[in-house]
Amino acid sequence: MSITDLDLYSQAILLLAGLIALTSFLMLGQSRLVRLVFIFAVQGALLAGATAMAAGVLDYPHLYISAGLSLLLKGIIIPLLLHRLIHRMGLHREMDTIDHPARLMMGGTALVVFSYYVSLPIVQHSTLVTLNAIAVSLAVVLLGMLLMISRRQAVAHVVGFMSIENGLFFAAVVSTYGMPMVVELGVAFDVLVAAVVFGVFFFQIRASIDSLNVDRLSKLSEAEQ
Amino acid sequence: MIAVYLILLIPLVGMVALAWRGGDVSAERINIRCNGLALAASVWLAADVLWNGPRLSAGQLLYIDSYNVYLIVLTAFVGLTTSIFSGPYMSHEREIGRLTPRRLKLYHTMYQGFMLAMYLVLTTNNMGVMWVAMEGATLATVLLVSLYRTPESVEAAWKYFILCGVGIAQALFGTVLLYFAAEQHLGVGGDALLWTVLHEHSAQLEPAILGLAFVFLLVGYGTKIGLVPLHNWLPDAHSEGPTPMSAILSGLLLNDALYAVVRCKILVDGSLGNHLAGHLMMGFGLLSFLVASLFLHRQTDIKRLFSYSSIEHMGLMTYAFGVGSPWATFAALFHMTTHSLTKSAIFVTVGHAAQLAGTQRMDRIRGLILTQPTIGWGLLVGTVAIAGFPPFGVFASEFLVLVATMHDYPWLTPLLLLGVGLAFAGLFRHIQPMVYGDVPEGQKPIAANLWPVMLHLALVLWLGLSIPAFLGNWFSQATQLISGALPQ
Repeated sequence: MSITDLDLYSQAILLLAGLIALTSFLMLGQSRLVRLVFIFAVQGALLAGATAMAAGVLDYPHLYISAGLSLLLKGIIIPLLLHRLIHRMGLHREMDTIDHPARLMMGGTALVVFSYYVSLPIVQHSTLVTLNAIAVSLAVVLLGMLLMISRRQAVAHVVGFMSIENGLFFAAVVSTYGMPMVVELGVAFDVLVAAVVFGVFFFQIRASIDSLNVDRLSKLSEAEQ
Repeated sequence: MIAVYLILLIPLVGMVALAWRGGDVSAERINIRCNGLALAASVWLAADVLWNGPRLSAGQLLYIDSYNVYLIVLTAFVGLTTSIFSGPYMSHEREIGRLTPRRLKLYHTMYQGFMLAMYLVLTTNNMGVMWVAMEGATLATVLLVSLYRTPESVEAAWKYFILCGVGIAQALFGTVLLYFAAEQHLGVGGDALLWTVLHEHSAQLEPAILGLAFVFLLVGYGTKIGLVPLHNWLPDAHSEGPTPMSAILSGLLLNDALYAVVRCKILVDGSLGNHLAGHLMMGFGLLSFLVASLFLHRQTDIKRLFSYSSIEHMGLMTYAFGVGSPWATFAALFHMTTHSLTKSAIFVTVGHAAQLAGTQRMDRIRGLILTQPTIGWGLLVGTVAIAGFPPFGVFASEFLVLVATMHDYPWLTPLLLLGVGLAFAGLFRHIQPMVYGDVPEGQKPIAANLWPVMLHLALVLWLGLSIPAFLGNWFSQATQLISGALPQ
């Protein structure tokens, strides 16, 4: 089946899936923290858009609540919180160094291919759209991890962490039309609390090592010191 | 079913009360009372389940069967005894100036928050809510790890948060896949994540998707169990946080994460009809068991030593659940109980020993038995119990695992024996000088409350000599649920 045979909704979901994967790659290559947070907000907004569209087209009204939550939390509150923290910590001019950007991007691409490979068993039991959605959301999860591995700034780690959550939400929305409401609210609550706890941690880390470079958190190890 | 609502309500009320009064002197008593009430409610619930069989709450949100009921009582019991220990321990920490009333308030509030999350993991029937509660347990404890605000503790807490957060995100992906598979068969709606519904229909669920889901669920919840190579957060979090928290992390959180994995395994086994889930668990479990028993030898910090011992035992349980025969499953269920009781008792003793010596470094803790015999003997007997000596309960459960292995996988028996031997040597080379060595100058006895330790060890001894009929009955029923047959 070629892509033009799909209905408009499926095509739009595929487009959004592509855009969400693109934002993940943009984050991977972005060394300025303020812009990193901005791209994260865009990803949150795209996620909310996908959810709202699913709610409208497929007629699942409870997804509107989920879309609203995504937009509010991932698109507005958490980015704003991070933005304010970056300014308060005086990190808005700082550049995070990325070692080997080319290799990093290649690694990211490999992860996307890997996600498609892992999702293949599912293709026999569902539509093209679901396969793409699950593969892309798995890719977003893995790219979030790659982002966390490749950075030293605690703020970048938080963005990676939250973008992993975005990937999971996207999987839930597109493949299963959202989780049951009670779960969805619970997850949103956890994400909000996690964001607050991260904020607390920034201050604790800065008070303890005088920067947010987590490479310097290296006191605990198995090796004799 | 009122009891189960009470179990969830009491810690919630406790949280609110302690958020308000947590810094006062009376906070310890409030904490102990909440845990005592929760234990009473859990005993009531256990009696209810004992006489009336598995219970499903209205709206199907909560489900109690013989598999989780004993874990609920165990959770409440360890929660209570640890809170009794926590009273004088935290007052001592406050007197020596390591804590302020504000941090004490945070500690007490989050203690109840953690208990709430644990009860929710155990009682819920919804796999999604189970995930939410498991993540909630991380969030409740992460700020407790950094309670002392030393650079080491902040580092440990950050590691704990990032590793467990990312790890448990994998479990959410697994849950989404589970829901995806269930929905194709059961239709869109809230029921497709209920464990009872999934269990009923597990044979019709799509095996390919469930197999994939289990990999994610095992990696996700496995991070919380502390399976190698996902264990890095565990020794750090245990060693840098306050000791009562180490006791409840080791005694409760690890158990409950394993509980979640086994709930998922039941579903996956029903769908796949082969041994994939079991083999994965055996591999991870055995690796954790062996690696942790080697790491025991290299430790310098007493709490790190015992957290590696926790990884070792959790590995053994995961392995035993993976073997999957009725006897192995029975042994794993039994080991969950004995390990939880013994390990929390050990952490309580270790907390006192560290306060006595004024350090957690093992080369500076000496002559415990001469300074304060109760602490010295408590540590020695606890270590004897956890190393798997008869007549303690850990011996009985480890022996059962060995017998079950000899029956199904005889070629793995040497590896298990090697691990047990290594762990024994690793523990005793450190414990011996701490208990018997010369007393350092100026070491004085401290105010210590050791009856929780005595009680735990007495229970473990009792379990080693005989399993009470009602407990054995629950173990057997749970074994039938998990492995499909009664042990005989």
